[in-house]
Amino acid sequence: MDNSTLFALLILFLPFTAFLYQLFFGKKLGAQTHLVSLGIMGIVLALSLGFFFQLFNHDLTGPILDVSGEWFSTGAFTLELGFYIDKVTIIMLMVVSLISFLVHLYSTAYMKDDPRYSRYFAFLGLFTFSMNGIILSNSLIMMYLFWELVGLSSYLLIGFWFEKNSAANACKKAFLTNRVGDIGMFIGMLLIFFTVGTFSINGITGAVTNGAFEGNMQLLSIAGVLVFMGAVGKSAQFPLHIWLPDAMEGPTPVSALIHAATMVAAGVYMTVRIFPFLTPDALQVVAVIGGITALGAALIAITQMDIKAVLAYSTISQLGYMIMALGVGAYQAGFFHLVTHAMFKACLFLCSGSVIHAMHHSLHHLGDHHTDPQDMGNMGGLKSKMPITYTAMLIATLAISGVPFFSGFLSKDAILAGTLSYYHTYHGWTIFLPIAGFGAAMVTAFYMFRLIFKTFHGKPVKPEIHEHVHESPLAMTAPLIVLSVLSLAVVFTLPQINPLDGHGWFAHAVGNGAHAAGLDIKHVNDGIHHAHHDAMNISLIVATLGILVSSLFYLFKIVNVEKLTSILNLIGLYSLSKNKFYIDAIYNALLYKPFMWFSKLASTIDWDIYDQKIVDGWGWITMKISVKSQEADYNWLDQKIVDGFGRFANYFGNELRTTQSGVVQNYLMGGIVGLVAIILIFQQF
Amino acid sequence: MDSMILTLLIFLPVFGAVAMLPAAKIVGKDNPNIFKWIALVITGLQLLLAVVLYMGFDSTLSVSTSPYTVQLDWIKHFNIQYFVGVDGLSMPMVLLTALLSFLSIGISWNITKQPLGYFALFLLLDAGMMGVFLSLDFFLFYVFWEVMLLPMYFLIGMWGGPQRHYAAIKFFLFTLFGSVLMLLGMLALYFYSDPHTFNLITLIQTASSIDATLWGMDMRYLIWFALFIGFAIKVPVFPFHTWLPLAHVEAPTAISVILAGVLLKMGTYGLLRISYPLLPGEVINFAYILAFLGVINILWGAVNAIAQIDMKKMIAYSSVSHMGYVLLGMAAVVSTNDGGAQAGLNGAVMQMFNHGTITAMLFMLVGVIYEKAHHRYIFYPDDYKDPALAGKPGFGGIGAQMPVFTAFVAFAFFAGLGLPALSGFISEALCFIGGFSVFRTLTIIGTLGILLNAVYFLRAYQHVFLGPLNEKYKDYTDMSTMDLAIVVPLAVIVLFLGVYPAPLVDMIAPSLDALIQIIQSAF
Amino acid sequence: MNLLESYLVISSILFSLGIFGIVTRRNAIAILMGIELILNSANINFVAFNRFGGMHKLDGHIFTIFVIVLAAAEAAVALAIIINLFKNAGSVDVDEANTLKG
Repeated sequence: MDNSTLFALLILFLPFTAFLYQLFFGKKLGAQTHLVSLGIMGIVLALSLGFFFQLFNHDLTGPILDVSGEWFSTGAFTLELGFYIDKVTIIMLMVVSLISFLVHLYSTAYMKDDPRYSRYFAFLGLFTFSMNGIILSNSLIMMYLFWELVGLSSYLLIGFWFEKNSAANACKKAFLTNRVGDIGMFIGMLLIFFTVGTFSINGITGAVTNGAFEGNMQLLSIAGVLVFMGAVGKSAQFPLHIWLPDAMEGPTPVSALIHAATMVAAGVYMTVRIFPFLTPDALQVVAVIGGITALGAALIAITQMDIKAVLAYSTISQLGYMIMALGVGAYQAGFFHLVTHAMFKACLFLCSGSVIHAMHHSLHHLGDHHTDPQDMGNMGGLKSKMPITYTAMLIATLAISGVPFFSGFLSKDAILAGTLSYYHTYHGWTIFLPIAGFGAAMVTAFYMFRLIFKTFHGKPVKPEIHEHVHESPLAMTAPLIVLSVLSLAVVFTLPQINPLDGHGWFAHAVGNGAHAAGLDIKHVNDGIHHAHHDAMNISLIVATLGILVSSLFYLFKIVNVEKLTSILNLIGLYSLSKNKFYIDAIYNALLYKPFMWFSKLASTIDWDIYDQKIVDGWGWITMKISVKSQEADYNWLDQKIVDGFGRFANYFGNELRTTQSGVVQNYLMGGIVGLVAIILIFQQF
Repeated sequence: MDSMILTLLIFLPVFGAVAMLPAAKIVGKDNPNIFKWIALVITGLQLLLAVVLYMGFDSTLSVSTSPYTVQLDWIKHFNIQYFVGVDGLSMPMVLLTALLSFLSIGISWNITKQPLGYFALFLLLDAGMMGVFLSLDFFLFYVFWEVMLLPMYFLIGMWGGPQRHYAAIKFFLFTLFGSVLMLLGMLALYFYSDPHTFNLITLIQTASSIDATLWGMDMRYLIWFALFIGFAIKVPVFPFHTWLPLAHVEAPTAISVILAGVLLKMGTYGLLRISYPLLPGEVINFAYILAFLGVINILWGAVNAIAQIDMKKMIAYSSVSHMGYVLLGMAAVVSTNDGGAQAGLNGAVMQMFNHGTITAMLFMLVGVIYEKAHHRYIFYPDDYKDPALAGKPGFGGIGAQMPVFTAFVAFAFFAGLGLPALSGFISEALCFIGGFSVFRTLTIIGTLGILLNAVYFLRAYQHVFLGPLNEKYKDYTDMSTMDLAIVVPLAVIVLFLGVYPAPLVDMIAPSLDALIQIIQSAF
Repeated sequence: MNLLESYLVISSILFSLGIFGIVTRRNAIAILMGIELILNSANINFVAFNRFGGMHKLDGHIFTIFVIVLAAAEAAVALAIIINLFKNAGSVDVDEANTLKG
C-alpha cells in the first residue's frame, strides 16, 4: 500500500474512530471529551493539507490515486469499492476537513452545557466520516453508500434536540425527502450499469467516450437526470428543497457544517463528478432546476424573520446557482462557487450561531423562556456588543452579495457569464437562466443586507435583552475570523493579486472540465470568456442596487416597509413569499394526505375486507356447508335411512306381537294350521 | 463424526424435549428453571454444532461429495430415505435457525405459564425447522414440514395474546392448505418420475422429463403450481399473507422471532430447493409473475405497514414487504444479462438471512417495551377502551428515558429500511440489481419500496422515541443485561455483514451458481 | 275298506276330537281330557299297526303300555298345575292364564 492510499484510508476512517470513541467512551473525559474529536479532526486536516500541497505540483495531470478493491463477488457479479483522488477531490477534502475542524472547535463553546455533549461529537465524527467517503469514492455505488450515511448523520443531528416535536418532524422529513431523490439516483445508476457494466465513474466516462450509448443517447439523458435526482434531494433543489429550512432545527454549528457548507454541497460535488457523462439534454434539465431554485429560494428569503431561515433559503438559492452553473456547462464556475460558498456560508451560519448564542444567554439571564432568540424582530444594534461577529458576518455578506474583492464576486460572476453565454448559444426561452441568475443576485444582496441591518444596526428592538448580550468566547470567534479571511477573493487568485485574472491556483487546479457525452466544452468556455465582461458589469449593477434598496429600507428607513408590504400583499406577493410559495402546503394536500389516506384504505382493504370478509369468508362458507350437510346427514341419512331399518323392524314387531296372545290354544291352532299347510304343500311334490 | 453432525443438529432438540419428561417428574411441572436450562443448553449445543459445521463447510463441494451427507434407507419399499445434507443454500439457514432458536430461549426466559409444555414444544419446533433445512429427500422434508406445524399451533394458541386461538387456527389452516397441495405435488413427482423416488438430487434429472397430462393440463405445470402455492403461503406471497400479521401479533415474542426469522424463509427455501432445480422450465415461464408478486409484496406490505398503529403489526407487514425483495431477486434467475442472475439470486438468499436477523431484532426490541408498558401502540386505536387515550400517541420521548434501548431500536429500524453499512442494504440492492436486469419497469416501480420502508420505520421511531417524554413512562429503566446479551450478537452480525458481506456471499455463491446453471440450461 | 283302515279312521276321529277339544275348550280339565283322547288315538294306532304288520313282535303293545303309564303320570302333573293355576288365578279358565302374552 502506498502512502496516498494509506492517507486516504486514514482520512476516511479517523473520523469514524472519533465516532466510536465518543459513542462508547464519551463519558470518560466529561466536559473535555471534545479534545479527542478535535485532535482527530486536526490530524485529518493535516493529512488533507498534505494532499493539498500536491495541487501545486504542475506536472501532475491525471488522478493522484485511483485504486479499488473487491468488496464481494458472486463469481459473475462483483462489486468493487475504491478511492479516486484528483485535484477536485483534494480541494473538496480540504474544504470539508477545514470546516469540520472549525465547527468542532466552535462547538466546544456553543454546545458546552448540553447534556448529550459526547453524543454530539460522536455524530459529528460520523458525519465527517461519511462525507469523506462521498468525496473519496470512485464509483457511483460507493458514493450512494456514503450518500445514505450522510443522510443518517444529518437525520441524527437535525433530531439532536429530539424532545422538540419540530425537530423530530424535521429530521424525518429530511431523511424521507432525500430518499425520494435517492430512488432516482439508484435507478439511474442501474440504467447505466446495465449498459456499461460498471459503477466506476471513470469507467462510465470511458465507456461513454467509446460510444457505449451510441444511438441511445436518450437513455443516457434519462439515466443522467435520474442520477442527478440524488443531487436534487441532497442539495435541496426544487422540487425537493422543502427539507432544508426545517433542518435548521439542528444545532447551529451543524447547520453550518452539514446544511450549508458540506453535505448539501455533496449533491453539487456529485454532479461535478458525473458532469462528463451528462448529455446536453440532461444538462438543460439541470440548468433549469438550478435556475428555478436560485431565484425562487432567494425570493422566499426576503420575507423570513428567523435569522436561520433566511440563511437556509439563501443556501438553497446559492446551491441553485452551482447546479445552474453545471447545467450551462460552466464546470469550473460551479465548483468554484461550491468552495467559496462553503467558506462564506459557514461563516454566516457560525456568526448567526454566535448571535443566537449571545441572545440565548441574555434571555436565560433574564429568565425569559418565551422569546425566540432566533427572531430578527428581537435584535438590532448588536454591532457594538459583538464587534468580531459583526465584522466577520459583514465580510461574508459582502462575499455572498458579489461585491468585488470578495470571493463570491469571482465565482458568482463566472456563473452569470456562463448563463449569458448559454443564452447566446441557444436563445429563446433560455433567457430565463440569466434572468434568474441576475435576479437572484440582486435579491440576495437585498435580503443579506436586510439581515445585517436588522440584526446589527439601528436601535435595539428590546433594550433589556440587548443589555445582556456579550461577544462570544474565543473558541467561537476564532473560526469566524479564519472563515472570513477565506472569504476574500485574493485567497483564490494567488499568486495573482488581480481578481480578474483567471489564472490563480484554483482555476489552474480545477481546469475547465472534460465532457464525453456531446458537449463541446471548449466552445462553452470560449462563450463564457466572451460573456465575462457583460456579466461582470450587470452583476455589479444589480448587487449595488440590491444593497442600496436594502439600506433605504432597513438602514436609513426612508421607505416605510410596512406600507410597502401591505401594498405588495394586495396581489398576494408578500404572502406568497412568506409562505414559501405554498409548496409545503401543496405537498401536504396533494401528496402526503392522499397517501396517508390511501395507506389507511389499503389497511382496511387488506384486513377488514380481504382478510375478515374474503379469507374468513371461506371459513364462513365452509361452516354453512358443514351445518347443512350435518343437517342432511342427521335428518335424512341417519334419521330416515339408518333409523328406518330399526323403525321398520319395530313396526312389524309391534304388529306381530298381537299374535302372541299368551293363549296356548292359539299357538296350537297356529301349529295345526301350519302342519296342515305343510302337508298340503308337500303333497304337491 | 462429520456424518453425525447433521443428525445431531436435527435430533438433539428432540432428545432435549424427551429429557424434560423425567426432569418434570423430579422437580415438578411448574418449576420453569430446569426446563429453560435444558432448552438453553440444548439449543446452545445446537448452535455450537452449527458453528462447527460452518467451520468445516466447503461451499464448493456439492451434497453428493460433501462429507456431511448421510443417506440411509428408511422405508425401503417406497424408496424413502433418510437423506440429509448441507450445501450453500441450507448453510445460512441452518446457522440462522440455530442462532435464533438459542436467542429465543433467552427471550422466553420469563415464561412461567406451563414451562414444561412451552420449552418442550419449542425444542420440537426447532427440530422440525432444522430437519426441513437439512432434508434432501422430499418425503423426509414433508415430514419435518408437518412436524414443525403442530408445536407452532400450540405455541401460538396457548402462550399467545388475547386473540391467540383465532390466530393459531388461522395459521394452522392456512399452512395445512398449503401442505395438502404440497403433498399432492410431492406424490405426483414420485409417481410420474422414473424410477419412483423422493430423492431430491435424483429428481433433478428425472423430474424435468415428466411428460404427462391431467385434465388436459401439463403435469409439470400442475406440480409447479401445487408446490408454489404450498410454499407461497409460508413466504407469504400476496394474497396468502393475511395469516402473518395476526399470527405475529398474537404469538409470544420468541415465537414471533422464530416465525418471522425462520418460518417465512422456509417458503422461499422450499422454492429454491425443490421447485427451482426440479422444474426449471416452469420457473422460466413463471418468472415474470413471480417478480410481479414480489413487487406487489414490497409495495402492499409497505403501504399497509404505514397505516398500522401496533408496532408488532407494523413489523409483521414490513416482513411481507421484505420477503417481496426475496421474490424479486429469485425471479431474476432468468436474467440473461451478465451477472444479473447471480446478483438477484445471491441477493435473495442474503436477504433471507439478513431479514432473519434484522426482524428478530425488531420483534425482540418491541418485546422489551411491551414487557414494560403492556402495550405496543404507536397510536392508541380510535375505539380504545379508555376514551381519554383513544387516538393519542401510545408513547413519546422514550429516547430520553431509555437511551441504550433507543439506540438499538434506531439501529434495527435503520437496518430495516436498508441503510448502507447494515446488512439489509446489500441484499436489497442486489435483489433490485438482479430484478432490474430482467424486469425493468417492475423493478423501477418496486424501488418505491426504498422510500415507503423508510416512511413507516421513521414514523414509528418519531412517535415512540422522539418528541417530549410522555410522563407515564418517566420511571422506566433501560434495557437489562439479558436483553443486551440477546440483541448485541444480532446487531454485530447485521453490522458485520453490512460492512463485509463477503463471507456470506462466499458461502452461498457456488451452490447458487449450480442452480442458475440448471435453470439457464432449460432455456 | 279293510280292517286296518277302519282302525285308522277311528283313531283319526279320536285325534281330531282331541285337538278340537284342546283348541276350543277354555276349561283346563277339558283340555286335559282332549290330550287324553289324542294319546288314546295314538294307542289305537300302535295296536292296529302291530296287528297288521310293520312292527316287530309286541313292540306296539309295549309302546301302548308305556303311553298309558305316561298318560297317568302326565295327568297327575297336569292336574297339579291346574290346581296351582286355580289357586293363583281363582279359575281354571286358560284364557286367564296369558302371562306369556307378548
